[in-house]
Amino acid sequence: MSEAATQSASQAASQAPAQIPVTVLTGYLGAGKTTLLNRILSEAHGKRYAVIVNEFGEIGIDNDLIVESDEEIYEMNNGCVCCTVRGDLIRVVEGLMRRPGRFDAIVVETTGLADPVPVAQTFFMDDDVRAKTRLDAVVALVDAKHLPLRLKDSREAEDQIAFADVVVLNKVDLVSEDEIRKVEATIRAINPSAKIYRATRSGVDLANVLDRGAFDLNRVLENDPHFLEEAHDHDHHHDHDHDHVCGPDCGHDHHHHAHDHGHDHHGHDHHHHGDVSPIHDVTVQSVSLRGGEMDPKRFFPWLDKVTQADGPNILRLKGIIAIKDDPDRYVVQGVHMIVEGDHQRPWKDDEKHESRLVFIGRDLDREKLTRSFEACQAQ
Amino acid sequence: MPTVAPLDLNGHCVAAVFLDGVPHFALADGTIHRLDHGHQWTEVHDGLLCASVEQSGKALLTGGEDGKVCRSGGSAEVEVLHEAPRKWITSVAAGPQGVVAFGSGRTAYARLANGTIKPFEHPRSVEGLAFAPKGLRFGVARYNGVTLHFPGTEGKPVEMEWAGAHTGVTFSPNGDFLVTTMQENALHGWKLSDGRHMRMTGYPAKVKSFSWSNKGRWLASSGAPAAIVWPFQGKDGPMGKPPLELGTRGNTMVTCVAFHPSEEILAIGYADGMVLAVRVADNKEILLKREGKGPISTMNWDKDERRLAFGTETGDCGVIDIAG
Repeated sequence: MSEAATQSASQAASQAPAQIPVTVLTGYLGAGKTTLLNRILSEAHGKRYAVIVNEFGEIGIDNDLIVESDEEIYEMNNGCVCCTVRGDLIRVVEGLMRRPGRFDAIVVETTGLADPVPVAQTFFMDDDVRAKTRLDAVVALVDAKHLPLRLKDSREAEDQIAFADVVVLNKVDLVSEDEIRKVEATIRAINPSAKIYRATRSGVDLANVLDRGAFDLNRVLENDPHFLEEAHDHDHHHDHDHDHVCGPDCGHDHHHHAHDHGHDHHGHDHHHHGDVSPIHDVTVQSVSLRGGEMDPKRFFPWLDKVTQADGPNILRLKGIIAIKDDPDRYVVQGVHMIVEGDHQRPWKDDEKHESRLVFIGRDLDREKLTRSFEACQAQ
Repeated sequence: MPTVAPLDLNGHCVAAVFLDGVPHFALADGTIHRLDHGHQWTEVHDGLLCASVEQSGKALLTGGEDGKVCRSGGSAEVEVLHEAPRKWITSVAAGPQGVVAFGSGRTAYARLANGTIKPFEHPRSVEGLAFAPKGLRFGVARYNGVTLHFPGTEGKPVEMEWAGAHTGVTFSPNGDFLVTTMQENALHGWKLSDGRHMRMTGYPAKVKSFSWSNKGRWLASSGAPAAIVWPFQGKDGPMGKPPLELGTRGNTMVTCVAFHPSEEILAIGYADGMVLAVRVADNKEILLKREGKGPISTMNWDKDERRLAFGTETGDCGVIDIAG
């Protein structure tokens, strides 16, 4: 699966850039999706959008081209439980793309309870959809006041954050600065690589939401300063684990950590991850790996094996890999078992040839991932 | 030598068909063009999604983004058979006795000749529709199988199960077999008498076009660099038998297939716009049309057995006269 996906990824990369960008808006009912959608549609940016909604809500959407579709999750009949797509999106996108002159981009608004994974996977797993469109980014709207409650009572809210490229922290005017910081820490605990923007009445700069290229291998992580930054703790013996300090399992898994061979440094003050999540109900964790140059004969089989074995638990993965004797940076990104990778650009002279890989998911074996990742390093 | 009479239109052609011997081309933009003493056209839908020729061969049934189901053809008035604002009509099929089946969301509808419309609710989306060759019965391709409805009676539907998403459906001309296209790169079949399964896999791409030969001895399909043609002569269909591969090309894919109305000759349309005719018996190939602007999206033969109407995703349509 992952091999095939990798191949088609490189084919897709060589195709003409005629693909229509697709932005997916997720978020709980009342988080402000429709308000943001109407802003996207009404601001004078000269672009025309086709909008796919699950149902026409009470708040009207002011657009010529709105398609209502029933969320329809299809499991692929290949024995892989995480190979799911949205059948309704395949149908609607196919129909829309038969008359492509009507719009420049597509926005998919999901219901509050929607699982973002099948939505995203549709744009990778269906060849026809993939040939004509490209997933630009998954944007999660989060209500600053109600998020803690939402996380307690629903796995979907957590999944939506875990899966997002951009999190719009909305309604910040309704809570104190202290509360905002706590919510931000929670979001970062679930998803360290998402960009977070504070907003009131969904008033986020649209440039931060649209045309993000979050799934574009040429741009993946390029606009992610947290990820690319030289780690402050790179001299540290266990620096590959630097994100762990605010890992979501801090909440329910403290005792385990205490016995975790000193891999975890709760007191360690990583610049933006210092605030341990106050929410103890999240089940998504991230595992950040960091290493030197990789032996391709070990790394690629390892990545295949990990995504095959742990695919159902991996929501997202992103990484920049230094391959031994390769002048180019190799970038990878994935959703469950679908992994794409490609050479991105030559390493710059002043860049350290370092490999970094982040997994976001559930029930990930941090110690095993770390150990096996490190074993892929070139000798 | 075959000759091509081109008709250059603007947009994706959903259906190229003959109605009473007149070539008609239904485009995704909702217009239906015809070559009837010159090029004429009618605006039928705001966005046309699906089409099916009425069994009389005189009219085209279409469903659209505008929620309409229409009957049109030639210079006759367009008849609106059904209208549901804001709902996409994603599939339509023509049945016996003037019955029309169409699908929208999770509901399949049967419209009887007297105008009565019977809805059939489904737990999941209605994907493909097809009528059985005998009796008033139609199949609904859906997630995890096919549901067979009997709109003429109050009989309970029959469920044919197979895990996965089924997107299109067809009955063999003798009514013995039911075959679906799937979201996976595969066909699935059932022998209707005993419900036995037939798995037809190995395609590199999704199967979007299929065609039965006259008398149903063969089922041709797209989704590979060759037309994949499954043998259905035996009582167990293609079980345990390999398919034929006709018109193999190395650099492009088959996107559309259409069996000749009486001979075992298959018209094969490719992603580069080429059309070949291949005889099943000896694999003999004839070039019907050279490469064009885009993939062949639809082909249908005239009852005169001499002409083939074709349409493409890019609008370069036309009629091929095989006798020249």
